[in-house]
Amino acid sequence: MTIGVHAPILAIAVPLLGAFALPVFAKVHRSLRDLWAIAVGAFTCAMVITVAVQTFTSGIQVYTLGAAAPTDTIASGGFPIRIMLVVDGMSAFMGLISALVGLASLVYAFHFLKEEQGKTLAMTLFFLLWAGMLGMEYTGDMFNFFVFLEVTSIAACSLVGYRTWESRPAEAAFKTMALYTVGGLLVLLAIGILYGEYGALNIAYLSSKITGSQLDKIALGLLLGGLLMKVGAVPAHMWAPDAYGEAPAQAAIMLVANTQASLYGLWRVLFTLFGGALSAPAVGWLVTSLGVLTLLVAVLMAVVQTDLGRLIAYGAVSQIGYMLLGVGVGLTVLPSRPDWGLVAMKGGIFHMVNDAATIGLLFLAAGVVKRAVGTRDLRALGGLGHDLKWTSGFFFLGALALAGIPPLNGFASKFLIYESSFRLSPILTAIAVLGSILLLAVFARAFQGAFLGPRLREAKPASPSMLVAMGVLAAVILAMGLVPGFFVEHMVTPAAEALWRGRDLYLAAVLGG
Amino acid sequence: MIGNFPFVVCMILIALGLWTLLTRRNLIKLTIGISLIESGVNLFLVTLGYVRGGVAPIYTYAPPGAKMVLPTPQALTLTSIVIGLATTALMLAFAVVIYRHRGTLDARKIRELRG
Repeated sequence: MTIGVHAPILAIAVPLLGAFALPVFAKVHRSLRDLWAIAVGAFTCAMVITVAVQTFTSGIQVYTLGAAAPTDTIASGGFPIRIMLVVDGMSAFMGLISALVGLASLVYAFHFLKEEQGKTLAMTLFFLLWAGMLGMEYTGDMFNFFVFLEVTSIAACSLVGYRTWESRPAEAAFKTMALYTVGGLLVLLAIGILYGEYGALNIAYLSSKITGSQLDKIALGLLLGGLLMKVGAVPAHMWAPDAYGEAPAQAAIMLVANTQASLYGLWRVLFTLFGGALSAPAVGWLVTSLGVLTLLVAVLMAVVQTDLGRLIAYGAVSQIGYMLLGVGVGLTVLPSRPDWGLVAMKGGIFHMVNDAATIGLLFLAAGVVKRAVGTRDLRALGGLGHDLKWTSGFFFLGALALAGIPPLNGFASKFLIYESSFRLSPILTAIAVLGSILLLAVFARAFQGAFLGPRLREAKPASPSMLVAMGVLAAVILAMGLVPGFFVEHMVTPAAEALWRGRDLYLAAVLGG
Repeated sequence: MIGNFPFVVCMILIALGLWTLLTRRNLIKLTIGISLIESGVNLFLVTLGYVRGGVAPIYTYAPPGAKMVLPTPQALTLTSIVIGLATTALMLAFAVVIYRHRGTLDARKIRELRG
């Protein structure tokens, strides 16, 4: 089947083409534009699912551009000179997250965005961001990773700040753009150093050559610094609440998925690129402690917020802390590979998809609130549950899942993190549990303040497409909460294994034998 | 030792950019700082591609037996310059929007978003 072979590149190329053709179709007629957006969105999701199914059933997919056959990876001389896409379990898993969030965002946008407020523009930027995210996740080449990173930076910041008739979005976008660009340039500098040392940009080839010299350590430090800036870990988290809080709801959830794509880049660098050279646990401890710090600081900041959007934004930052904690514990014990290290990795990786669904649902619900009454200030809101019945239900579900209440999905992944981080240090678990309790308190207050109580004013109910988008994410939350075993076994475990032991397979798939 | 001089210049340029970002509060100057870092990184990439006695990798123009340089660093730099143009333009556009709303470019005075 030829389309299956070409699925990885089609998943990137089609949304890219979709983005640039969208304004042209919009010039012809709006309904043509909508039809085009639906077609491109559906095709992209189909391609991502095809790639995921192929990867989970038959192993790592390698696609080479500019070769006679897509599987022809090595040029004469045994040196990979071509640009290639490499999809292993982790990439396929991330692709599924991006597809889920992208689908929800696209469906939501149909009724949420207003024509006179740049709907065509926002949808163009959405497809550009989507293509960039999938590119970051599928590429097997460091420089392409940087290019897609910058594509997502530019598209994401434009989505935050395209509403030029208000002053706050531009401020958030400027701040975000400054941090994203500096982070991206640090990554580029590191790529330059690696290229100067080894004369290649292919991840697998570089990984087979990296020995841990002084220059390698500098490059690792620059990559860590740059990617942690884009992820929004604590010393560089200032942009995240502003960007998440000021972006319109359908863009905010794409920003969450974009953050996770950067997080994937971090895992790829730590486990695959430097997987053979990292022996000291120092880097693992660094990631773990940054994770704990991030979740603690973000939760404490969430307590004092009065704006519903910023409150959820701090919740989103705190979830990044849980992922860093889970995978950081796995990274710390990587040299000895005990069983509970893999459990920690599974917890951290499972939490990525949970976070995309729950934070996404909360942001979409907050978007409905903003559209219904024109404000998100918790001091002015109240009694919205009378008019927004479905939305308040979805918000309640999202809040419970985020706080890790059984039997929802947040509990399943957080439990894996608790039981494994306990083996490394009980203090980590104590802080993580404390963070969860505080999150529950924060979101209980937000739910009570916004949706319960007497009806203060008339609220405009949510439109069908917005309800459908929230329904999709709510269904994912419920499914992952009720049968976590199925998801862990068929999706999370291959992803975690790909990082835990998969480096040799990754190298063999690209470099042969 | 003198061969390392170009690398030192690149690093000085990057350090100057970072220093600008940390000490200046004018949005235009912040954008200039980011441009400086970008120029430093681009120069670094170009420097990596320099080979003593190498010729441009154009097959039909190269004298027979000449050492051709690998064109990858140049390609990387070109891509990076284009990306840099987009980011600089976007940041300046945001600065213009902020100035129209707030009447100032001082980062200390435009903090609506805090906490």
